Amino acid sequence: MELSSLLTRRRVGMAAAASTAGRLLRLGAVRAEGHCRRLRRAGLERGFLQPTSAGKDAAQKRHVAHFTFQPDRESQEHGQTQKMNLFQAVTSALDNSLAKDPTAVIFGEDVAFGGVFRCTVGLRDKYGKDRVFNTPLCEQGIVGFGIGIAVTGATAIAEIQFADYIFPAFDQIVNEAAKYRYRSGDLFNCGSLTIRSPWGCVGHGGLYHSQCPEAFFAHCPGIKVVIPRSPFQAKGLLLSCIEDKNPCIFFEPKILYRAAVEQVPVEPYTIPLSQAEVIQEGSDITLVAWGTQVHVIREVALMAREKLGVSCEIIDLRTIIPWDVDTVCKSVIKTGRLLISHEAPLTGGFASEISSTVQEECFLNLEAPISRVCGYDTPFPHIFEPFYIPDKWKCYDALRKMINY
Amino acid sequence: MAAAVSAASVWRQSLAQAALLLLRRPGVRGLARSGRISFYMTNYGEEGTHVGSAAALDSTDLVFGQYREAGVLMYRDYPLELFMAQCYGNMSDPGKGRQMPVHYGCKERHFVTISSPLATQIPQAVGAAYAAKRANANRIVICYFGEGAASEGDAHAGFNFAATLECPIIFFCRNNGYAISTPTYEQYRGDGIAARGPGYGIMSIRVDGNDVFAVYNATKEARRRAVAENQPFLIEAMTYRIGHHSTSDDSSAYRSVDEVNYWDKQDHPISRLRHYLVSHGWWDEDQEKTWRKQSRKMVMEAFAQAERKLKPNPNLLFSDVYQEMPAQLRKQQESLAQHLQTYGEHYPLDHFDK
Repeated sequence: MELSSLLTRRRVGMAAAASTAGRLLRLGAVRAEGHCRRLRRAGLERGFLQPTSAGKDAAQKRHVAHFTFQPDRESQEHGQTQKMNLFQAVTSALDNSLAKDPTAVIFGEDVAFGGVFRCTVGLRDKYGKDRVFNTPLCEQGIVGFGIGIAVTGATAIAEIQFADYIFPAFDQIVNEAAKYRYRSGDLFNCGSLTIRSPWGCVGHGGLYHSQCPEAFFAHCPGIKVVIPRSPFQAKGLLLSCIEDKNPCIFFEPKILYRAAVEQVPVEPYTIPLSQAEVIQEGSDITLVAWGTQVHVIREVALMAREKLGVSCEIIDLRTIIPWDVDTVCKSVIKTGRLLISHEAPLTGGFASEISSTVQEECFLNLEAPISRVCGYDTPFPHIFEPFYIPDKWKCYDALRKMINY
Repeated sequence: MAAAVSAASVWRQSLAQAALLLLRRPGVRGLARSGRISFYMTNYGEEGTHVGSAAALDSTDLVFGQYREAGVLMYRDYPLELFMAQCYGNMSDPGKGRQMPVHYGCKERHFVTISSPLATQIPQAVGAAYAAKRANANRIVICYFGEGAASEGDAHAGFNFAATLECPIIFFCRNNGYAISTPTYEQYRGDGIAARGPGYGIMSIRVDGNDVFAVYNATKEARRRAVAENQPFLIEAMTYRIGHHSTSDDSSAYRSVDEVNYWDKQDHPISRLRHYLVSHGWWDEDQEKTWRKQSRKMVMEAFAQAERKLKPNPNLLFSDVYQEMPAQLRKQQESLAQHLQTYGEHYPLDHFDK
């Protein structure tokens, strides 16, 4: 792989996104130190080039991730398991798919060598270059091409390198893929299309490597949007998406690619779509999230129990559309309180859909207004990420206010 | 003799299509104007591109069209009844009344359902060709689009993917001079669409789109090589859109009657073929008169029948969004049913199947 392709403006630093945020910042700190030493030698000690905090600890405090990944208990139902992180779980799912379905192909930018997040490592060697291949750099082409493969009945697994770059393909997804079956009276469909894409904040991604665009697609009948919280969930949900007879978008929380490790079955298995999971039962308040944020609210639930004696019911939504209204409403009818949290901006975010539906269905059960703890209505900032994200303190504070309402 | 027979049948196809489309001429445009069909798009002047290319394909080659390729579907014997059913959105429409007129589709005839967004079919056609290559199906894909749609990003995407991924596809551009009111001088400044092909590494040819045999020969050779070599071919067929863009358009607003008449009278694909057949003694005035009368009758009868039929059951508003109906959508379907029980008088239920 050429250095020039690593350093293209859009992708710089992202090959390293698979590294932890901490490692990157240590590297940055070393560079800053060396820079200052060189400046002093050049006699520019008092010049404006010298950072005022040179040598101090404050500016280089290690940035700790805003969550702690909590693995689920190992599944006994699907045979032998193996320790996998999230990207390895994805590879495993893709491996299973290509083994089982001779029509299945994987394509997108840079998937041939293994992908910028290592999700397709080894697959080209194993299955051949006609089945795992690079496309030109063109998202509308990737999705359009994938639709065409699916129209013939073959299985198309397309990768969009970052969810932030899915927008050129928006027309193909919304106007074409989602409507193929409906508009043709079920003569044609592209149900065997799955689009996978890295999603969500990563500590340093800024505007264009951190986005969570699920709300844009939630407004589009005809597609399914699925987001896993863990390696075990990722493999099962991805396999379900691939087998599902409707075009699916599978967003993979990139911050979990390496950080999330658990025991994952080696053999294929599926987890049903459009079924939310109650991962912890409780009685006082329902917390709903998806992807990385599930781990944030898990911690919030612990804090609530310890500090406030509050019992939280935690729901991982898993499928954004069509979403599992019944599970969420059943929970709110029990608890009377609902807090929804997502990284994506507040206005028009998917929490608004959940909130609106729940107040329609469960109005008389509500003890407090429904709370949404989300990103601000700004583009995703780079240096301000720790302030932007709906971290456990913001969620905890919102919870506390709801309990005291 | 075989050539004469096949030429005559090609000719008949063209005439049948001309008859169908005859009914959209000024004077008979009343059908749309009177609201019996909401909308229509004619194919006048481009029949040579449809029939010439369709005749050169295998019947199982997959067709992705834009919206002005009805002749391709007609060549594959799609019945008039179903053309009309789609235009009327009646209960015989295989598309279940979901789309505007001329958005035909037929699975058995390998004609992918038309969609309104332009050029979206181009990268899709490439994907389908890739799958056909992998399946060793001895099939190609043909993708039709106009010179206007060729300006879309999806066209660039499709060409580039077809070349890099070595797909057996024919890109067939109908350069008919206009994209609604926009003439080619405002659509591009280079040497048309064919000249773009080499930029992508695609073998390209420009043909006289109104010479049905030229179109046939180019398509035939492109098909042969696409299968043999797994590479794309670009055919730019120069033709002219004699009709308006659609029934919502009046092209006298942006072009002269003289210009239109030139093409209608001096360079019409059907006339050129007719002269060719007549000069060989394979066709004559009497056959012409008889066939015109016959096809006009067929078309009018199909219209009348289609008009009498009911529209599909309103429940079909809700199906096929997904393969299975989601719970929330079923609730919405029930809520409409309930609503109609109380307020049904305000809805045109009489025209719909119960």
